Amino acid sequence: MCGIVGLFLKDPTLEPQLGAMLAEMLATMTDRGPDSAGIAIYRRARDGRAKLTVQSPDPASDFDGLQADLEQAVGAPVQVAVKDTHAVIDVPDDRLNSTRAAVRALRPAVRIMSAGEGIEIYKEVGLPKDVAARFEIASMAGTHGIGHTRMATESAVTTAGAHPFSTGPDQCLVHNGSLSNHNAVRRSLKRDGMAFETENDTEVAAAFLSHKIRNGSGLGEAMEATLTDLDGFFTFVVGTRNGFGVVRDPIACKPAVMAETDQYVAFGSEYRAMVSLPGIEAARVWEPEPATVYFWER
Amino acid sequence: MLHTATIARSDLDRPRQTFDLAAQGLRALNEMLHQLRGQTNETAWEIVNTKGSHAIAVGVDAPIDIIVRGTTGYYCAGMNKQATIRVDGSAGPGVAENMMSGTVIVEGDASQYAGATGRGGLLVIKGNASSRCGISMKGIDIVVHGNIGHMSAFMAQSGNLVVLGDAGEALGDSLYEARLFVRGQVKSLGADCIEKEMRPEHYEVLETLLQRGEADATADPSQFRRYGSARKLYNFNIDNASSY
Repeated sequence: MCGIVGLFLKDPTLEPQLGAMLAEMLATMTDRGPDSAGIAIYRRARDGRAKLTVQSPDPASDFDGLQADLEQAVGAPVQVAVKDTHAVIDVPDDRLNSTRAAVRALRPAVRIMSAGEGIEIYKEVGLPKDVAARFEIASMAGTHGIGHTRMATESAVTTAGAHPFSTGPDQCLVHNGSLSNHNAVRRSLKRDGMAFETENDTEVAAAFLSHKIRNGSGLGEAMEATLTDLDGFFTFVVGTRNGFGVVRDPIACKPAVMAETDQYVAFGSEYRAMVSLPGIEAARVWEPEPATVYFWER
Repeated sequence: MLHTATIARSDLDRPRQTFDLAAQGLRALNEMLHQLRGQTNETAWEIVNTKGSHAIAVGVDAPIDIIVRGTTGYYCAGMNKQATIRVDGSAGPGVAENMMSGTVIVEGDASQYAGATGRGGLLVIKGNASSRCGISMKGIDIVVHGNIGHMSAFMAQSGNLVVLGDAGEALGDSLYEARLFVRGQVKSLGADCIEKEMRPEHYEVLETLLQRGEADATADPSQFRRYGSARKLYNFNIDNASSY
């Protein structure tokens, strides 16, 4: 099972409601997977700024004094906004990599969920409505976002095994399905310098795309390559700083429904996820074809 | 050939009892419908506020007439007996799965495995059906006004599948005795599925099904090709090992 939702806004007036819409869509998909839930939300980037989203199993001690420690380590003003087990670390964009290294050195138990100009990822074990409430997803504005509720099959029920997975700047991927050649693909990507945090099959798909994009592929081209190189069942929904994509394997047994209006493009594992969106009655609603890449970029 | 009208179109305007799914809930709906047996007078229903819900009007066994307003989730009208169920929207996966008799009409599109394992009755899809339409069908008749996806009629045993549009990859793979009629292009035929001659009895079946499937105004039997089983995979033959 697993449930996926996604929303790519075309109409900026909807941006203040992105988090609320996504959280409601994801809550509707709860019975497709109760193990863990996560949301990637793309906020409007601010000139010259970038951010990390990090997660800690012990936020009280890990986030205590983190701002001062990081400012000292990177020599620039840093803002740390704590949200439950996560924190968003806002830094000058030329300090993103040094901040990441400093986090790893200063707080070894902290996990980096995402890095980039717009992306923030929040994910935890638990039901979508509880996870969304903990991180106040409903109050977040943004341009596009992806949510996932997981029924675990290929790796343990942990925060790190929750989706979305982010393996490149402002990139993320969620997955319904299971991959059968992920170990081989992981080995090959590791040889090419990609780093992995988990034994999870979906992280391999995310890294596969990030590796392609790093080597110059566009979003569509990178997604096209999943059809030849990844073996198994998948419906992937992918986010980049300014893009949103969907691809299903050639067998296409993992469900997918899309809706498009002048205001948005929406994705749901089921139509139910989209029934509260504005103008859904008049939207163009369709099932993405097997082995066909769909993507939108702004 | 016995020719029965599946649903009188004038019936659409008859007075109906309304069931609000959002207010009253799915279990109440299906329990209520299951209690309508035999000679009930409550024969016309309208279900509103469906919001993509699963298992709407599953297991009905009475000659009643139901309109489902809006799009449905999984398994709408599954195991239907006798009833005429019209979905005024699109249907999620497994619409009319294992239908026994009666009629199910989807005004929009249908998701994967529409009419799977159906044993009887008529399923009409006015839009497109996606993959695995009519998989393992065992006597149901299916009329699709649009296209059907890949692996449709896989291991289909009996009944008729009529497609006014195109068929996806591997149509009729490992087919038994179901008859497949396609007006448009077939992307590829599955193992042991071949084109067959249209004989007079096939035109007759097709004419009736187009009429019952509300497609006679747009399609003519002469425009269709027939596909069926080559019957080479019925018994194990080592020469066919790669096709099993």
